Amino acid sequence: MELVTDILSWGLLLGGSGFLLTGGIGLLRLPDLFSRMHGSGIIDTLGAVMILTGLMVQEGFSLISVKLALMVLFLMFTSPTTTHALARSALNEGLLPKIFNKRQGKKSSKT
Amino acid sequence: MLHALSLGGALYALWLLLSGYLETWLLVLGLSSVALTIVIANRMDVIDHEGHPIHLSWRAALFWPWLGWEIAKANIDVARVILSPSMPIDPQVLKIKGSQKTELGHVIYANSITLTPGTVTIALESGHMEVHALTTQAANDLLSGEMDRRVDTLEKNSDGTVEGVK
Repeated sequence: MELVTDILSWGLLLGGSGFLLTGGIGLLRLPDLFSRMHGSGIIDTLGAVMILTGLMVQEGFSLISVKLALMVLFLMFTSPTTTHALARSALNEGLLPKIFNKRQGKKSSKT
Repeated sequence: MLHALSLGGALYALWLLLSGYLETWLLVLGLSSVALTIVIANRMDVIDHEGHPIHLSWRAALFWPWLGWEIAKANIDVARVILSPSMPIDPQVLKIKGSQKTELGHVIYANSITLTPGTVTIALESGHMEVHALTTQAANDLLSGEMDRRVDTLEKNSDGTVEGVK
C-alpha cells in the first residue's frame, strides 16, 4: 500500500516538476510578454496542481491534506486574476501583443 | 439572510479545518470572529449573489471537472509547443463576446479562458473580451464556443432564468 502511494505521489511530483520546468523554458523562449504569460499559465495550473496533489497523496487523509486542497482552490481563483492584472497594466502602458499571422489582419488590439 | 448564513457556515468550516482546535473556548473565539466578519461584510454590502454565489454550487460541481480536464489537455498542447525545437507559435488576438447574462457569468468565462493555457483574456468590457491566443489550435478551440456554452449552462437555473439579472 505504501509502495502504491509512493509511486503515485512521486509520479505526480516528478510530472509537476516537469511542467514547472517547461513553463520556465517557455518564459525564456517565447517572444513577448503576452505569449510568455502562456508559459506562466502552465506553472500556475498543472505544475502547481500536480505538485500539491502529489504532496496530498504522500500526506494521506489529514488536516494538512485539506490545507493543500484549499491552496489548489485559492490558486485556481487568484492566478487568472493576477494574469489579467498583468495583461491589463501592460496594455495600459501601451505595450501591444506581437502578432505574426495574417488571418486577423489588424495589428492593434488597443481600444 | 440565506447568503449570510451560508457564508457564516462556510467560514466556520474553513476556520475549523485550518485551525484543527476543538477546545470550547477556542471554538467560541472562532465563532465570534466569524460573526464579526459577517457583520463587517454585511456593512460593506458584499454578501449577495455575486460575492457569495451559492446558486451556482451544484452546477459548479459539474463544471469544474470538465474545466480541469480541458486545462490538463491545453497544458500538454502548450508544453509540446514550447518544447518543440521549431516552436510553432502563432500569437493572435481574438475579439469574442460571452453570451452570459450577468457580470459574474462573464468573469467566470474570462477566468476560465485565462486558466486554460494557450489563451489569456487581456481585456473584458461588458461581455466583450479580447483574448490572446498562443496557437491557432488554441484559438480554434476557443472559437468552437463550447466553454461559452458550458458557462452559460452554469449560470442558468433549471427553469432557464438567471439570478441577478437586472
